[in-house]
Amino acid sequence: MKTLQDLKDIKAAKHGQIDIRFNPDTAEAAEKTYVLVCGGTGCQSNHAPEILEELTKCIEDTGKKDEIQIIQTGCQGLCAKGPIVVVHPGNVFYQEVDPKNVKRIFDEHIIGGKPVEEFLMVEEGPNGEDIPYVESPFYKDQMRMALRNCGKIDPEDIDEYIARDGYQALAKALTEMTPDEVIQTVIDSGLRGRGGGGFPTGKKWQFASGNRGNVQKYVACNADEGDPGAFMDRSILEGDPHSILEAMAIAGYAIGADQGYIYVRAEYPIAVDRLYIALEQAREYGVLGKGIFGTDFNFDVDLRLGAGAFVCGEETALMTSIEGNRGEPRPRPPFPAVKGLFGAPTVLNNVETYANIPQIILNGADWFNQYGTETSKGTKVFALGGKINNTGLVEVPMGTTLRQVVEEIGGGVPNGKKFKAAQTGGPSGGCIPAASYDVPIDYESLTSIGSMMGSGGMIVLDEDNCMVDIAKFYLGFTVSESCGKCTPCRIGTKRMLEILEKISEGRGELEDLDKLDELAHYIKANSLCGLGQTAPNPILSTIEHFRDEYEAHIVEKKCPAGVCKALLNYTIDAELCKGCTKCARNCPVNAISGEVKQAHVIDASKCIKCGACMDNCAFGAISRK
Amino acid sequence: MKVSNVPFKGTKDQEAKLLEVIAKYKDQKGALMPIMQDAQEIYGYLPYQVQKIIADETGIPIEKIYGVATFYAQFSMSPKGKYVVSVCLGTACYVKGAGALLEEVEKQLGIGDGECTPDGKFSIDVCRCVGACGLAPVMIVGGDVYGKLTPDKVADILAKYE
Repeated sequence: MKTLQDLKDIKAAKHGQIDIRFNPDTAEAAEKTYVLVCGGTGCQSNHAPEILEELTKCIEDTGKKDEIQIIQTGCQGLCAKGPIVVVHPGNVFYQEVDPKNVKRIFDEHIIGGKPVEEFLMVEEGPNGEDIPYVESPFYKDQMRMALRNCGKIDPEDIDEYIARDGYQALAKALTEMTPDEVIQTVIDSGLRGRGGGGFPTGKKWQFASGNRGNVQKYVACNADEGDPGAFMDRSILEGDPHSILEAMAIAGYAIGADQGYIYVRAEYPIAVDRLYIALEQAREYGVLGKGIFGTDFNFDVDLRLGAGAFVCGEETALMTSIEGNRGEPRPRPPFPAVKGLFGAPTVLNNVETYANIPQIILNGADWFNQYGTETSKGTKVFALGGKINNTGLVEVPMGTTLRQVVEEIGGGVPNGKKFKAAQTGGPSGGCIPAASYDVPIDYESLTSIGSMMGSGGMIVLDEDNCMVDIAKFYLGFTVSESCGKCTPCRIGTKRMLEILEKISEGRGELEDLDKLDELAHYIKANSLCGLGQTAPNPILSTIEHFRDEYEAHIVEKKCPAGVCKALLNYTIDAELCKGCTKCARNCPVNAISGEVKQAHVIDASKCIKCGACMDNCAFGAISRK
Repeated sequence: MKVSNVPFKGTKDQEAKLLEVIAKYKDQKGALMPIMQDAQEIYGYLPYQVQKIIADETGIPIEKIYGVATFYAQFSMSPKGKYVVSVCLGTACYVKGAGALLEEVEKQLGIGDGECTPDGKFSIDVCRCVGACGLAPVMIVGGDVYGKLTPDKVADILAKYE
């Protein structure tokens, strides 16, 4: 059991090691060399473990164990350039590190003191000069609050978290504030739920705060990040798990609960491992358990693993699942604050929401609400993916425009293609077209243009993506994830998907668009939970912004982006065809005919549009339109 | 949910492990899911016989256990191949061509999603976002992650697994 003084001592002892990673310029001369290896899922699945192994071996071989320390951190953010290795002092950033090159980096830089130029990440500045990564657009325009420790500290070492003021917010809440003051601070900060709904967090806590000490209550954390293409919460759990435990304990104190549950996706094995390690350390230090910091406050946390059901991200379904049932939602009210987990009042927030709490308590509500817009305070983490150069994790102040995120931080669309739309909010959200590029990102603005903040997945689409196909992709997802409890969602989404399939296969009629619209509004109004209520959004927003594409599928029977298979036609250019017969030999249905050394022809009535001919043509004579 | 015709070959050893797990969780609130997750870890899947043991030991009705098993994508009532091939169909992978990748894997192995090859070597599992979006499109074979894939690389990768 550690006392407050113990925490201060740990912080003082670790100060030198930590400071250099956050303030490389102002830090005192380093006692050691620190090698930070990214341990996020992206880098982990891309040879980071071999890099760690190789580095460890290099250190053993040279016997410099006391002078060089390897630290496995959480996500550094720039997943597109992984695996990433950062060396301090100097804040030297290596990208796309090949395990084979580790020895060279070790010998020349870590021992020799001279960074290996060819593996460095350097960006070209406005005048063609080289600029270091910290000043590159990807990092310089970001503001890291929820991700403040990610990629900088060792998530498996509680001391490193403590050195970053860890558990000080809990100590402050327990020893200097009443539970109501804690709640008031969160209300005043303007923090809103980062999981999608955007409900004011402090208000949620207040609703659950009545009758403290007399009834069983729970604090729960929604880490069931099921939105495909989103990995914000996973990165926080992997990179800074203690911040979530601390925040949940603060929430427990605020509402009068002594038990917390984290419901985390089983598909996140690294996050689960690090959470278990963090839990064990927190219990050992007594920052979880009985009589925390010598007060009479008790709090502990348990993990519950999800089992692959998207609907469990919905709050009532999540709690039903923790109770050991099929994860089906139930009607609200009663809201979880009144009747939640095991029938008891429960506060449920998502991971990113919790990640903001310790700093709000430490620095005060006014510090937090100076950032962001009038109604959306603080920052938002986005997982940038799809057709974008800098795939990765970014955190920006609310109110940043989509253009800034995509063009500057994201580095734009690759291969000289044109930006078409950004999809936010996953299967519940919509597509933001290029015309709304300069809309500030906050809860209200995104809703007003038919999308939503969602949990933070942002998928960039370019001219090669078909919007009917994208809508079909999301509907296919909702159909397979609909739990089946209520009719509008179970049957309605299926009917919408069938209409989309009809359109993408060239059998659509213009009145299908009206049918989709009618069904969409009916499903939105009558579904039981958020999954069904938002399921039509991908269709509604693509019809609104890309109606011409739907019409091209229906009227001209063409897919302008060249994606919908049934609408494509393969033709052989007689000028370019050399008559090599390779296409005809590879055609699985013998749809291609022609004599040797003479132009071949595809019989469109037999063609199954598999593309084998095009893949096999050495002369580029086959085109797809 | 696909139910397998493969006869159940559970051992006494596995059963002893399962009973241990049940004893550990039995008195906790909401114990069913953790028990089923561990049971699947022990047997590789959740056949009727395993569900029956859980029902008998915990007193939870078998129809409830069956309900939970069929609700969640992670629970499987048919055995998996020696190597599970997971093709990610998360959005980031999908917009970068994961659909064509899955088609190629299905073509190469001659089986569909959720099925196992007759020799028990491979099974295909479509998954939704493994979170390695920087490597999209991604496929995982027996725990090894392959990124930035195109359909023409599939055959060589599968050939590595014996």
